Amino acid sequence: MLTAILLGFLFAFFLVFAGRFFKGKLAVVSALIPLSLFIYFASFIPRIASGEVVSKTYEWVPSFGVNLGFSLDGLSLLFSLMITGIGFLVYVYTSSYLKNHQYLDRFYAYLSVFMGAMLGLVLSDNIISMFVFWELTSISSFFLIGFNNTSEASRKSALTALGITGFGGFSLLAGALLLGSMTGTYSITEMMTMKEALAGHEFYILAVIFIFGAAFTKSAQFPFHFWLPGAMKAPTPVSTYLHSATMVKAGVYLLMRFTPVLGDTNFWNTTLIVVGGITMLYSAVHTLFRTDLKGVLAYSTISALGILVFLIGLGSQGAFLAAAVFIIVHALYKATLFLVTGIIDLQAGTRNVTVLAGLRKVMMPVAAAGFLAAISSAGIPPSVGFLGKELTYEASTHSTGMVILIVAAIVLTKILLLYAGFVAGIKPFTGRLPEKFTEAKMPDPLMWVPPLLLAILGIVFGIFPALIESYLVKPVVTALGKDASDIHLALWHGFNTVLVLSIITIVVGILLYFILKPSEKLENRIGKLEPVSPESILKKLTYFFGAFSKFWTNVFQNGYLRNYVTTIILFLVILVGYIFIGNSRLVIDHTKLSQITAYELAVTIILIAGVFYTVFTRSRIGAVAAMGVVGLAICLLFVFYSAPDLAMTQFSIDTLTVILFVLVLYRLPKYLVLSDYKMRIRDGILSLTFGGLISLIALQVLAEPVNSDVGDFYAKNAYIMAHGKNVVNVILVDFRGTDTLIEISVLAIAAIGVYGLLKLRVKSSDRPN
Amino acid sequence: MKTLILKTASNYLLPVLLVFSVFILLRGHYLPGGGFVGGLIAAIAFVLHAFANGLAKAKDLLKIHPGFLMPIGLALAFLSGVAPVIGLDDPFMTGLWFPDPFPVIGNVGSALFFDIGVYLVVVGVTLTIIFTISESA
Repeated sequence: MLTAILLGFLFAFFLVFAGRFFKGKLAVVSALIPLSLFIYFASFIPRIASGEVVSKTYEWVPSFGVNLGFSLDGLSLLFSLMITGIGFLVYVYTSSYLKNHQYLDRFYAYLSVFMGAMLGLVLSDNIISMFVFWELTSISSFFLIGFNNTSEASRKSALTALGITGFGGFSLLAGALLLGSMTGTYSITEMMTMKEALAGHEFYILAVIFIFGAAFTKSAQFPFHFWLPGAMKAPTPVSTYLHSATMVKAGVYLLMRFTPVLGDTNFWNTTLIVVGGITMLYSAVHTLFRTDLKGVLAYSTISALGILVFLIGLGSQGAFLAAAVFIIVHALYKATLFLVTGIIDLQAGTRNVTVLAGLRKVMMPVAAAGFLAAISSAGIPPSVGFLGKELTYEASTHSTGMVILIVAAIVLTKILLLYAGFVAGIKPFTGRLPEKFTEAKMPDPLMWVPPLLLAILGIVFGIFPALIESYLVKPVVTALGKDASDIHLALWHGFNTVLVLSIITIVVGILLYFILKPSEKLENRIGKLEPVSPESILKKLTYFFGAFSKFWTNVFQNGYLRNYVTTIILFLVILVGYIFIGNSRLVIDHTKLSQITAYELAVTIILIAGVFYTVFTRSRIGAVAAMGVVGLAICLLFVFYSAPDLAMTQFSIDTLTVILFVLVLYRLPKYLVLSDYKMRIRDGILSLTFGGLISLIALQVLAEPVNSDVGDFYAKNAYIMAHGKNVVNVILVDFRGTDTLIEISVLAIAAIGVYGLLKLRVKSSDRPN
Repeated sequence: MKTLILKTASNYLLPVLLVFSVFILLRGHYLPGGGFVGGLIAAIAFVLHAFANGLAKAKDLLKIHPGFLMPIGLALAFLSGVAPVIGLDDPFMTGLWFPDPFPVIGNVGSALFFDIGVYLVVVGVTLTIIFTISESA
């Protein structure tokens, strides 16, 4: 399973070297990666359908209980199949859509990283590794939205999306750590056994808020929804794959995954119903005012995500069933509509729905795909969309409390979504073909077969619901912690309230489609509300944040080394001094002090003389040399008190410091008055205070009772466990070797920094004005 | 800074100091020393040579830019930590040891390779910083 997840990353890495072979005709070959993964995951269907959960754990840092745990149940199987299945079609489609694009290899690399990350996300059982994959999906989405990196709007949208979803990732990490400390485990499976204890925990609300923060940002729920329409700047295959079928559903996935852990409380259900309800209505209404096909689809996607959140909030077995079916329905028809839109955009040169018409005459198969998808989106039988809509209505009519309001909201949303589906799937193909589109050509089969395949699947699953019932839908409901044995999917449910609601939806929706034509006038009207939209408010906040950061940075990062040093030391003196004055118990035990020997006295006198010379000399080189003397005198003191390792290191460091200083000072002008009398007094006072404070702390440390457990442990075990007699070195390279590894990495980074600062300066002639 | 005495002495001192630095590196596990100090001493040896014979000579002597020692050292240290994970399914940084001590060197284990990595990084970092500053100052 680990190989399956890493395959995407490995392929992306492989493309770095072999990318140029995949740019031309071979591009379509890369679709074999998602196809093989799809087959791999499909082979699990019988096992999962029989109620099994396939899990695999790789030990990572067992001493801290951090493991790489993956588990495949009904929920993750559905998502894995969607990720790889739609992924396969998108890979095929892209090979023609971005044919001969300069950066096609790069595009496939990003797409593969995304696929790997998304698979990792839905398969992770460990919440920390889930967070890592979660962030990776945000990052790959950032690169894909900004793929047209020469367009400023693309770059801005990518940044907005990264900002919003990054905030959500932060929230997920906070939630993960909080849940980890509440339950003592990071495994989601183990958390499920502690559901009761969690619901009564004092931090329950906070943990839920963190999880919601992550889910709502990722799944574009109100008021975080606005990054998604912006993300439509990405090439259409990306919109299809990330921003409709898979990534945006990660938030929904998160909520479903945590339903058996945190769900079934009043707070959980009510919040989800309210947020999901507002989102689905708000963005469904927005679709009426859009003229860009992708804009219509973006808002209807947000609305669909709202419906899913809403259904999870209802929390009944029927609602989960409806959610599971609706995920499949939505993935099938929305991906189709996006792919169709991409074809229209490429062949007709516009996505403006007010001018598009009659395209069926030039691209019949595409029109068929669009038509079938629109039917499924509208929930007209015999499509699988009808099934999804029936189940949704069924769940809403059986909800507890405020049934009328809930049913009204969902019916209204569905009516508006029917309109959106018709606008995107039917409007461009019907009517008379305008003069300017007669040039439009039939696209490559690589482009029209994928959407048609998806659209036909939407009808096949509708006529034969048994195909998805026991293999895909039931395991999801089981994974959400409900009994799924009595579920039976069928198109015909008898004549009841739900059917009446369905008929109302379809009739009103179709009427709306014929009465209301999308127009720019309408779009402009809603544009007037822009200043109070969440997007504008957030933009203003960001602006103030930026301005404040600039001011703050200018105050502290003023470019004068002496000011930095002064600030740091002053801060330390105030902070440490404040703590120290409150808690000090300075007792110097004279009896424990050893006799002062003559050579110690001599070294100390040399040391003090060195300090005075450094401070009062007028020669820079002299000051540096005198500092060297001070350092070497300290080395000698280390030797006297049996710390040879320290002495050796200090000795080498001091030598090098003096050399470095000399190298720099050698080049400076001979003499300059750098400070006046007042500044010297000020610096003197600061240095004396700081030095005095450090001395006091050193004395205080002596007065503290010594805890020798740690030292004893190392001394005792250095030879037994690490085969070494020099305890200092054994700690450095063995017991705390990871620290050392990170420290040498920091050293290397510092050296690269110095090199970069001094060597890689932009020549003044190359500098942009 | 060209003095005949320093120049002549540095020619003899360089190999001696380098051998000494390796000696310090190897004895680290049992007696005062180790990769960090060893690396500093090796760096000092080259700096001394650069002082006496000029930077260009010292660079010629090194053949490659000292900066390349950093990734090599980091990789070696990292690999010595990863080796038990790949080889034996043990956690990261588990110490691996040859059962019998080698002549002259003594016991050899993953910690020694880690220390050699530290040594190389320290040499690389120190020389990169000092060479860069002295070239551009």
